[in-house]
Amino acid sequence: MKKTVFFGALTVAGLAAGVASASTLDDVKARGKLNCGVTTGLAGFAAPDANGNWDGFDVAVCRAVAAAIFGDGNAVEFTPTTGETRFTALASGEIDMLARNTTWTFSRDTDLKFDFVGVNYYDGQGFIVPKALGVSSAKELDGATVCIQTGTTTELNLADFFRSNNISYEPVPIQTNAEGQQQYLAGACDAYTTDASGLAATRATFEAPADHVLLPEIISKEPLGPLVRHGDNDWGDLVMWTMNALIAAEEYGVTSANVKELAAAPTNNPEVNRLLGTEGELGAMIGLSKDWAVNAIAVSGNYGEIFEKNIGESTPIGLARGLNAQWTNGGLLYSPPFR
Amino acid sequence: MQGDNISYVRTKMLPEATPPVSQQGIVKWVRENLFSSWLNAILTVASIAAVYYVLSGFLPWAISPTWSGTSLANCRDILSEAGRVDDHGTHGACWGVIRDRWEQLMFGFYPNDSYWRPTTALVLFLISILPVLFTSLPRKLLIGTAVAPLILFWLIWGGSLWTPITVGVGFVLGAAAFKIGSDRSGLIVAVLASLLVTILFWLFLSGPIATVLGKVIPIYLEPVRSKDIGGFMLAVIIGLAGIVLSLPLGILLALGRSSDMWIVNKLSTGFIEVIRGVPLIVWLFTASLLLNYFLPPGTTFDLMLRVIIMVTLFSAAYIAEVVRGGLAALAKGQYEAADSLGLDYWKSMRLVVLPQALKISIPGIVNTFIGLFKDTTLVMFIGLFDPLGLISAIRATTDWNGVYWELYVFIAIVFFIFCYSMGRYSLYLERKLRREHR
Repeated sequence: MKKTVFFGALTVAGLAAGVASASTLDDVKARGKLNCGVTTGLAGFAAPDANGNWDGFDVAVCRAVAAAIFGDGNAVEFTPTTGETRFTALASGEIDMLARNTTWTFSRDTDLKFDFVGVNYYDGQGFIVPKALGVSSAKELDGATVCIQTGTTTELNLADFFRSNNISYEPVPIQTNAEGQQQYLAGACDAYTTDASGLAATRATFEAPADHVLLPEIISKEPLGPLVRHGDNDWGDLVMWTMNALIAAEEYGVTSANVKELAAAPTNNPEVNRLLGTEGELGAMIGLSKDWAVNAIAVSGNYGEIFEKNIGESTPIGLARGLNAQWTNGGLLYSPPFR
Repeated sequence: MQGDNISYVRTKMLPEATPPVSQQGIVKWVRENLFSSWLNAILTVASIAAVYYVLSGFLPWAISPTWSGTSLANCRDILSEAGRVDDHGTHGACWGVIRDRWEQLMFGFYPNDSYWRPTTALVLFLISILPVLFTSLPRKLLIGTAVAPLILFWLIWGGSLWTPITVGVGFVLGAAAFKIGSDRSGLIVAVLASLLVTILFWLFLSGPIATVLGKVIPIYLEPVRSKDIGGFMLAVIIGLAGIVLSLPLGILLALGRSSDMWIVNKLSTGFIEVIRGVPLIVWLFTASLLLNYFLPPGTTFDLMLRVIIMVTLFSAAYIAEVVRGGLAALAKGQYEAADSLGLDYWKSMRLVVLPQALKISIPGIVNTFIGLFKDTTLVMFIGLFDPLGLISAIRATTDWNGVYWELYVFIAIVFFIFCYSMGRYSLYLERKLRREHR
């Protein structure tokens, strides 16, 4: 009973302390840390290591934003969120931004009152089947059993795809990706469907990856990106342009290795100069220091470096750039100009 | 001639013969226990077949030379070097993941060099509840039990020692105010005075005093945030806090539900039915999601604290019903006897009714506790890293992506150890408290 009283007192104290809210950037600066929501664990995108240090493709976005604000990529509190808790955590202000492989959809942007600030990974739902099944297209999967995570948009996409192609399937409901791997390997289903990045990561863990093929059909659009709350456009701009800075840095050949050197003195590329703060006052316009982009890029490199380090072809996950290449290379990444 | 020597009975004892083979040693035991009838024989054979089937699948997989594996790929290399390959690839568990991550499964992201703190706290907790569990110990040790929660809090969350001490002083001041108040005027005044004194002290005095003392005599442990606490440590903290807090609350609720006072009765009944009528996972979501909307933005009301409160309330409702069963099982004569001795309500409950009712309820209470301890794994769904939540985090690293059963087996074993010891302790307690001569 004594403890309960103590907890009650803590609640009152917490309530009293919490009634103050300026702009998100001011809050973050006053706190000295960025609160960033991530997933509880998704290979390549976000995972804590044995010492609790977070690493991954989504995590790199958080670190870049923290570095743009504080000049320190470690000034981040990572809050693990599940599919159920992620949106409330953001809406209630528990986290300042969410970078958790979340698909940009109409209703999330409008009805849930969030702002997606861009796309850091263009994903889509695909299929994996054993080579022995002898199928080369998803349209040949008539009557197949398909492992599918319940309660996700993938379930709906799957039903739409099969109905529009006039073929039938039998769903095998599963809860998590790990369970999906086990069921698929145990032969409980002919095909496993989830986001193509997840399928690639899954296949990389198989003993004989070559015995399984990813079918060419991508049956949905899953643009994944970081998001912020409605209502603080300055903060949304900051996150958006930090991400754009990473993308633009790759386009202009600014890497973590040469960024300090390029920022030391103006180069003969005015766009790079404005990005790195040796020319113009772009940093001040979003309430940050001149070298905000330098710090953001210095943490884990430009977009291409982050991609290669976490999910690229040199990693076990081995994703090709595909749609996520720069627009100059036939991809969809296109940062608006820095001027 | 020889007639004198003939006797009807043997004069010398025969040496002891060994019993027939079928009546001794292992054969006898097997015959009596396993094959005493046709039905038993069939059941025995079927059981042996079932056990063999399970073990023949499990053991060849589990006994695997992969303790030193550094990643799933490395484990597979070790296995194929050892020749453990069949049609489906290598065959064997990858225990390297346990060697690599067992500390994380135990302590979550607690700082490595501070592992001694939660360990000490657990030992201290076990010592401090001894006076409660074993009535033969001197009663003065209970003071230590009352102080222990503050020390435990300090050990686990760190910070300045003076913070918990000043909080404790607040309790002492409250108790003093209660004593003075109840001596001078009525009970209600005393309760109000003690609440007022305690809260005012905490709000205005304890903070500055702790700061000043911390500067004069700094006794300081590196602070650890709740979000760094995970794994079995999280399960144990939530479980033990829930157990310790829900027992008194549950007893009060049980007394309330069997009370004659209309309001108390209806409130207790309503509380129990509402809490019990909704799944725990819903209450956990309430704690983590719904509260966020009601609290002002930026409120830092620790998620772990919210979970502990919810778990406590939830199991208190169950405990209340278990204890009510114990109260109902008691003969009416016991209540009447207590009344006829002139004891007031609280005294009769404390001295006569509850000791007997609780003794009857022990198996049910321990059952609820074991259930509560295992239910702590549900916090995974609100993003806390309990052992099961850590599994998905571990699996998300490139080294261990694809590892599945090894982690579950490890966690199952640890949970079994915890729950089995609780069950054994309850049996011991029942035997110790048995007063009837059956």
